[in-house]
Order: sequence, then C-alpha cells, then structure tokens
Amino acid sequence: MAEATAAQQRAPAEPGATRETTYLEAIREALWEEMKTDDSVFILGEDVGVYGGAFKITEGFLDEFGPDRVIDTPISEAAIVGASIGASHMGFKPVAEMQFMDFVAPAFDMIVNFAAKVRYRTGFGAQIVIRGPVGAGARAGPFHSQSPESYFANVPGLKMVAPATAYDAKGLLRASIRDPDPVLYFEHKFLYRRIKEQLPTDEEILVPIGKARVHREGEDLSIITWGAMVYTAARAADRLAEEEGVSAEVLDLRSLRPVDVEAVAETARKTGRVLVLHEAPRFGGLAGEITAVVCEEAFEWLDAPVRRVTAIDTPVPYSPPLEDYYLPQVEDVLTAARWLLAY
Amino acid sequence: MASLTREQMLDMYRSMCLTRALEERLERLFKQGHIVGGLYRSLGQEATAVGSAYALEPEDWLAPSIRDMGALLVRGLAPVDMFRQYTARRDAPTGGKDNTNHFTIPELGILGPVSPLGTQLAVLNGVALSFRIRGESRVCMTYQGEGATRTGTSHEGLNFAAVQRLPMVVVLEHNRWAFSTRSDREAAVGAWTDVAGAYGLPVRQVDGNDVLEVYDAAREAVDRARRGEGASLIVAETYRMLGHAQHDPQPYVDPAELEAWRERDPIDRFGRYVIENGLATEEGLAAMRGELESEVAAAADEAVAGPRPDPEEARTRAYAAEPADGGVPWTRRAVVGYADAPAGVAPARPSGSGTPGESSGGSGTAVRQGDAAVTDGKQRGGGA
Repeated sequence: MAEATAAQQRAPAEPGATRETTYLEAIREALWEEMKTDDSVFILGEDVGVYGGAFKITEGFLDEFGPDRVIDTPISEAAIVGASIGASHMGFKPVAEMQFMDFVAPAFDMIVNFAAKVRYRTGFGAQIVIRGPVGAGARAGPFHSQSPESYFANVPGLKMVAPATAYDAKGLLRASIRDPDPVLYFEHKFLYRRIKEQLPTDEEILVPIGKARVHREGEDLSIITWGAMVYTAARAADRLAEEEGVSAEVLDLRSLRPVDVEAVAETARKTGRVLVLHEAPRFGGLAGEITAVVCEEAFEWLDAPVRRVTAIDTPVPYSPPLEDYYLPQVEDVLTAARWLLAY
Repeated sequence: MASLTREQMLDMYRSMCLTRALEERLERLFKQGHIVGGLYRSLGQEATAVGSAYALEPEDWLAPSIRDMGALLVRGLAPVDMFRQYTARRDAPTGGKDNTNHFTIPELGILGPVSPLGTQLAVLNGVALSFRIRGESRVCMTYQGEGATRTGTSHEGLNFAAVQRLPMVVVLEHNRWAFSTRSDREAAVGAWTDVAGAYGLPVRQVDGNDVLEVYDAAREAVDRARRGEGASLIVAETYRMLGHAQHDPQPYVDPAELEAWRERDPIDRFGRYVIENGLATEEGLAAMRGELESEVAAAADEAVAGPRPDPEEARTRAYAAEPADGGVPWTRRAVVGYADAPAGVAPARPSGSGTPGESSGGSGTAVRQGDAAVTDGKQRGGGA
C-alpha cells in the first residue's frame, strides 16, 4: 500500500480513477496520508513500529517516519493514552493504537477522567484518536472480541465512530485525526480483509463525524445498525425483499457519539417500523439509546414498538457454536423484522 | 550544594510563607462557607513543593499533586486565581468547572491534575515526549504522594518516562499518610527509594523539610533531564501535618509523632538558617510575612467579590464545537419547559387530530402547545 501511495503521488490520477482497497488498507492509507501531510500527527502503541502492528496496519511506517513518529511503547495502555493527551496539549495530533479494543480497559481512567473532561475543565482539549479492532466473529474469545462503545457512550467529551465500509474507514479516520476532540475509532476486525471496495484515487476522502449513511434504501422497515452488523442487516434485507416483497432500509450510523439523530428520526418517520441491531450485549447497549431517540422523535409515526436485536447478555464465547449463538444472525433479524411487519 | 543568591533564598522563604498564608486564608474562607468543595492543605510540606519547583526554568512544565501549592506559586500563579478557583468563581482558571488546583495554565507551564491518582504523570509524559521529539531542552516535573505511586497508572507512567528517557523529574512526597493509610500499609518496600530500581531510575532521598536540600536534588535531576539523560526520582521525606482534608481530624495519627515533626517545621527551620547566616533579620522576616498577610487578604477579597458563573455556562465547552445537545427536546431544559427550547428544535410531527400524541392528553400534550403548524409526516390512526 505504501508503495502504491508513493506511485500515485508520482503519477497524477486520472479523473474518476479508482483502486481496489480493503477496509484495512483504507485505515492504513488514512494514517499514512495524514502523517505525510501533517508533521504533528504521530502514532504510538504496542508493536506498531518494528512489527508494523498486530494486524499490519502500520507496516512500513517506522522506516518511512522514524522512531519519533512511530513509537513502540511498553504494554501500558494508560501510559499510551496519557502521553497522547499531554502531546496534544503541545500541538501534536497523536493516534494511539490499542492492539485490541478490549485492552482499552486499563486506559479507561485516562480516557474518561482525563481526555474526555480536560476541555470542559481547563479549556484545553485533547486532540487524540484512540483506534483499534473491535468486534466478534473471528473466534477470538472473550478478550479479543468485545464491542466497547457503550462503556464510553455516557461520557460527554468523547466522540466515537465505527465504520463499516472501506470508504468510511478512510474518511472517518482522517476526520477523527483532524477533529479537535478525543475520538474513539472502532475498526471491525472481521471486516479488515473481507471488505474490498473501489475507492477513488483522485479525491480526498473525508467523512464528517456525526452523519449516518443510508446503506440501502427502503420503505417498509428500518434497520438501524453499524459496523459488521451492517452486512448482517443487508443480507436480512435481501431475504425480506426476495421472500416477502418487503423493502427494508438499512441505516449505518457510522458515528456512535454524536449519533445522527436527524437521520434516525427520518428513517423512523419514513417506515414507521424500527429495528435496532448491534453486536454488543443487550442491557445498556446503544440500542436502548437509539430506541429512546426514536420514541422521542418519531413516536407518532410508529406502527409498532421498536425492537432490539443484539448479542445475548454474556461475555463473548470462544467455541464457534457458542459464538454464533451469541452474535445476532440474519435469522434473528428476520424473526424480529417479521414480528414488526405483522404488528 | 548548588549555589543560590541571597535574593533567591529570601524568595524561597517568601514562597513558603505565601503558601502557608494563602492556605490559612483558604481555611478561613472554607469555615465561612465561601469554599463549597474540599480543601486539602500542604502544612508541613511547603519546602518540598517550593524547593523542587525552584529548580525549573520558565519554559519548563510542572504538574502538581494536591499538596503542592508552593510549586504553583513558584511558577507564578497569582493568589487571586487560586482564591477564585477554590471559591468557584466565573473568572477562575476553570471558569467554575473544576475545583482545587485542577487548572492548566500553559503560559506558566502548569498542567492541571485530576483526582484519580497517578494520572498527571502519565499525561505530563506526553509533554516531555513533545519536548524530546522537537529537540527542545525543556524539562517536566511532577509530584506523587507515596500512596499515589501504588496506582497502575503511576507504575505505567514511571516506567514510560524511564524507558522513553524523557526529560522528567518525579518528586515522590513521602508524607507518611494516604488519607488514613500509613505508608507501611501502602507498600512492603523498606525505603521508598527502593521503588526506583524497578524502573531503572536514578534516585535521591532528601529531607523534604529542608528546602535547600530539596532544591539541590531537584537541580541535579533537572540538569540531568535537560542534558538528555532521562528521568529521575526524588524521594522527599516529609509529613502531612493536617488531615487529608478539612473534614478529617486525623484521629489515626499519634500526637507524639505529630509533635516531633512540628519541631522540624520547614518554614521555622529555613527562617533560622536565613537569620543565622545573616541573610535577613528576624524583624525583616516578620515584616515580609506581614506584607504577605495583607497581599493574601486583598486577593481573597477580590476573588470573593467576583461573580459565580451563570447556570447555563454548565453547558459550554464539553466539546470544541458546541453545543453537543443544544436545546434538543430530550434535554433537561426541554423537560422543564418545552416552550423555553430554542425555536425550530421541536420535532416535525403529523398534523390534524387523531394522532396518538394529541388525543391522549396528559403532560405530553401540555408541553407541545404552540407547535401545531407542522404538515409533513405520515397520517395514521390511533396506533396499534
């Protein structure tokens, strides 16, 4: 990828030119291009330098940018986030990698008590990005599979994004790095190499934080989701169209804080039947908040109660039959959708 | 011993006395009800804070712990700002958003701590990292009580500073008490200098109640950091002479031990040194303390005369662009009275009669008055 980027810079892209890019490469490209164009951007984390990151997102970065901008740290998530905050006070834009977002837990204090509150308290913000892989489905067990967004959802001062497409992975990471507030960037490990898209090479891809995306238009039912569940929702929508002639809309939130309240209200008012889908556990999951938004903004348009389809209220199990049972499947979405349509 | 001029020594004495005078005034304001939050004093620890901070240059940065009023004053903090902060005024460094010494003032090189312990070191590491990346010969200094060093964040921060060879000086203030927990119940190490070995940090133990010895060790560590030779630890042996905060009469402290440490009061000791070495007379020092009293009283009066913030300011500054939730219908403000919400924030909803919301009556209807001119949206019957 690094080589391709360099080649691109030598030869101006033709108008309308595109290149096949995976979700993982899109993250790489966003980091690479921001570091190329802005000296204040640097990355730090465990194994990001010599090894190039556990998922090879930052492979080649150490050679290109040197050890002051690609910093291999001890296994110290609190120290990583803490140093990021301090450097941001001095004008840097650090991008901290959590090797797995499950390991954000030791940095919780630094994120919640320092990064999130520092602007409110002192007037000096923390322009930092904390990025890393989330999500289940990779048979990775309880500590390499979690979706931690709701731990942070109730913390003012933070922003959170969770791209589902390669385009959004690139555009949201660039926007996150440029955003003056601390952004948690959740990349879904299941999508890293499974999602490939033709991305334009002749335009700057930038996706604003706080704006949802209609993944698929529909009239009869809305499925509001994000991350890898966008594809579960899309497959369910395909089945509904084929088997029942039902037109389901899939809204990909992309940003989890702030949530695009207008887009949520718009799709709810349009279809009158809302299903919220996510792969985090149910109780206290963001689906509850989205449901509340629908009730407050679109209650009078609803033809049925809002339904949630989520993981079960357990840790993420390891063995395939257990993990598949844990995660929402297409059939689960179809069951809820049929219930909503029959209501 | 690093050399200090007579003026510098008198300046250090003055900073220690200012610390005490300011805190005594804070205690008075607390008892008068002007301070609505906690008050944590540094009585007995003034030499550690002043002597260490005195070794820094103006371009350096410092992150205090809760008992480092003296360090902030050495950095140039105006007493009136400390009074504004404690009395929750609008023109306080945090605008009334936070209390105690939790403020950041870049022009004074002050990074504000937060209450969870050990955290300011982890953050100040990033400031020191910035100095290193930019090739600047600037230094950072921070403080931790022995209790704070028992947190995971402190451990990570000390290790990070050491392994990254950051220009960092950490002053471990061994004041014997972490709230009510004696230091021998915080760690099994015999001497607190032992902890330095775990990180490969150079360490020096000093009498924390001897301002000149503290200064000398700090100077050595600051110079080492400025030369690019990495981080250091200083263990200052001192004593917390009052309870954790105003609410704590510290019944767990042995009065005899307290009395023994009172004999080692850092201001009395340095005052005697100044007089015995002919740097000032007893009368001269008394006159200085009198001036400080007046200065402090005037600053307190000025702060208390200032306004508290407007309630609505609670909303501002959570994000760079605001407001995050300005006036949207589910905020508290809207619940209190929907009519108070800014124009245009009411949701579009179906017009005409027969919608569930309008036919059901109750409080939902009451708050929606004056919002009928909406025509888009689906017409529907009385719900499921």
